[in-house]
Amino acid sequence: MIAQILFIIILAAAIYLFSKNAGKIRRNILLGKDTDRSDNPALRWKTMAKIALGQTKMVKRPLAAVMHFFIYAGFIIINLEVLEIMIDGVFGSHRIFSKPLGSLYDLLIGGFEFLALLVLVACITFLSRRNIARLKRFSGVEMTEWPRSDANYILIIEILLMTAFLTMNAADHKLQLLNFGHYIKAGSFPVSSFIAPMLPDGASSLEMIERGCWWFHIVGILAFLNYLPYSKHFHILLAFPNTYYSNLHPKGQLTNMASVTNEVKAMLDPSFVPETAGEPGRFGAKDVTDLTWKNLMEAYTCTECGRCTSVCPANITGKLLSPRKIMMDTRDRITEVGNNIDKHGKDFKDDKSLLDNYITREELWACTTCNACTDACPVNINPLEIIIEMRRYVVMEESQAPASLNNMFSNVENNGAPWKYSSADRLNWKENI
Amino acid sequence: MNHEPLTVPTVAEMAAEGKKPEILFWVGCAGSFDERAQKITRDICKILNHVGIGFAVLGTEESCTGDPAKRAGNEFLFQMQAMANIQVLDAYEIKKIVTGCPHCFNTIKNEYPGLGGNYEVIHHSQLIQQLIDEGKLKAEGGESFKGKKITYHDPCYLGRGNNVYEAPRAALEVLDAELVEMKRCKSNGLCCGAGGAQMFKEPEKGKKDINIERMTDVLESKASVVAAACPFCMTMLSDGVKNENKEQEIQVLDIAEITVRANGL
Ligand code: SF4
Ligand code: SF4
Repeated sequence: MIAQILFIIILAAAIYLFSKNAGKIRRNILLGKDTDRSDNPALRWKTMAKIALGQTKMVKRPLAAVMHFFIYAGFIIINLEVLEIMIDGVFGSHRIFSKPLGSLYDLLIGGFEFLALLVLVACITFLSRRNIARLKRFSGVEMTEWPRSDANYILIIEILLMTAFLTMNAADHKLQLLNFGHYIKAGSFPVSSFIAPMLPDGASSLEMIERGCWWFHIVGILAFLNYLPYSKHFHILLAFPNTYYSNLHPKGQLTNMASVTNEVKAMLDPSFVPETAGEPGRFGAKDVTDLTWKNLMEAYTCTECGRCTSVCPANITGKLLSPRKIMMDTRDRITEVGNNIDKHGKDFKDDKSLLDNYITREELWACTTCNACTDACPVNINPLEIIIEMRRYVVMEESQAPASLNNMFSNVENNGAPWKYSSADRLNWKENI
Repeated sequence: MNHEPLTVPTVAEMAAEGKKPEILFWVGCAGSFDERAQKITRDICKILNHVGIGFAVLGTEESCTGDPAKRAGNEFLFQMQAMANIQVLDAYEIKKIVTGCPHCFNTIKNEYPGLGGNYEVIHHSQLIQQLIDEGKLKAEGGESFKGKKITYHDPCYLGRGNNVYEAPRAALEVLDAELVEMKRCKSNGLCCGAGGAQMFKEPEKGKKDINIERMTDVLESKASVVAAACPFCMTMLSDGVKNENKEQEIQVLDIAEITVRANGL
């Protein structure tokens, strides 16, 4: 009885805390400007199914893809098992699904054990890639202390959780063989039966181990849930909405700023009256709140995998730009803005901004807009859009483009070409035939 | 080689005769002014003349699409250019456009519709593919590429930007040549370093320039011809080859030039 009450209290607290923190992230995302991503739901569902559920963009790196798939499948399927743990925890029952499911239950538990083993293998592989093989992709200026330990924490937590799960089953298995207490014969233990010989033979110590692992496993999962909002591992949730709201246009297409269209039309035709007299706002983005909610959602979805950065031509050739850093900076800044709101109220402004305090101009001007990053991202994140928005701010609000680009602008404006040639000479190429 | 004189009417000239072109050839700024790109422009005209497509160019009425301005963040300048161009195109009731540059292609195809300019836009590699499919271009009677190692450099704005990967390759497949792919190709291709207005400024400081990095892929492929499909890539790749002192061994040719040579036009 006490155990049940304790369990319900922990469960409720975990759910409350998680929804509070997830709610904060939601609020932060909605600090972004509006953008319409509601068109073409059929294609959106399809994109989500392919990319988030089907993980089709992971396959470019086969080892990572297979290992990630183990963890991913393990995560989803073991959650079914967590459902049983929850019910058992609340009602004080034991393996409640075993009766109604019968032999299917044995099969399921056996399957879960294999998955747990695969997850263990994958986590150990990932840990050694990061810490022993030291893949270049996982270094870089933006990969500071926190992102690196974040990744390690998660992998270690998963290893502990899976070990607890298997040890729990091993003890349960032994207790079943002893016909001890309520430990009915249920489940099959293809993996944990190898652990069983290592456990003591006394029923009471076995029960202690079984209970201990049960609590560790479930409390661990709830703690993990509450760690997510502070971690890049939030992607296990956000990958789904993030891919649903993907950019469906050709990658080469940049948005046409509607506010500019109105001004240009008014310049060309003084009698033109814009349809929507929206607030004037800023051209481009200086800070995170000038970006759209989709940009901000992407910042929280970024898994810091560095696939974008490893294909970025600017980064490859040693320039400062790293598209991953653009995403991480955006997340750090919007989190900071959100914390300011929590502390000082919603009108509080600090004297910082995404531009200059986080992202330098040198980074912005190094981009060739080649879309290698957007193509490489396994969850369809678009760092390029943020870069362009910030260039827009620098050029249109501040007139601070590099001098050579200003030259190009005036050539286009005066001669209709980015070079200093007269438009009267446009057909000269015909001459040398 | 035979040298029929090229006929390149402007849309205005055609209009004066009460005619409209079947297709408008959008030459682009590089194609108009850059010496190397001018050759490609003429070759595209040769192809159009050869197959008898009634085309025209805007000539002095053409203006920059606004692509470099837009990607550098100057949306005002871009939209001014776009609206002015759309006015000209619509005045001549242009329906179909072929471009000699992936940047013009992308901008007119994807970004003009939102500003009221709706046209069917194709890149010259797509036109060439179509003509090959129709049997109008054969890769016979001209320079033989037999036994040559040819590789193709994907322009970002054609490949990743618009998913055009096959058309330019189709133009090479008809040649009796050995086609090799570079290590980084198709959606994994490496940028030449010129897009996003980089063409018009010095690169930021780093270990090396992007076109030099791309040369490692070219050299590794051991190709003697690098096929390009974009005037900016052409500049960058040619500079890269020069930088390696390999002008004697490696030629950089546009898909249109290769087609013209193979067909003996
Ligand atoms: S689009 Fe820009 S940031 Fe993205 S890979 Fe290309 S150069 Fe890098
Ligand atoms: S933006 Fe995408 S590719 Fe880049 S680090 Fe984040 S998740 Fe990985």
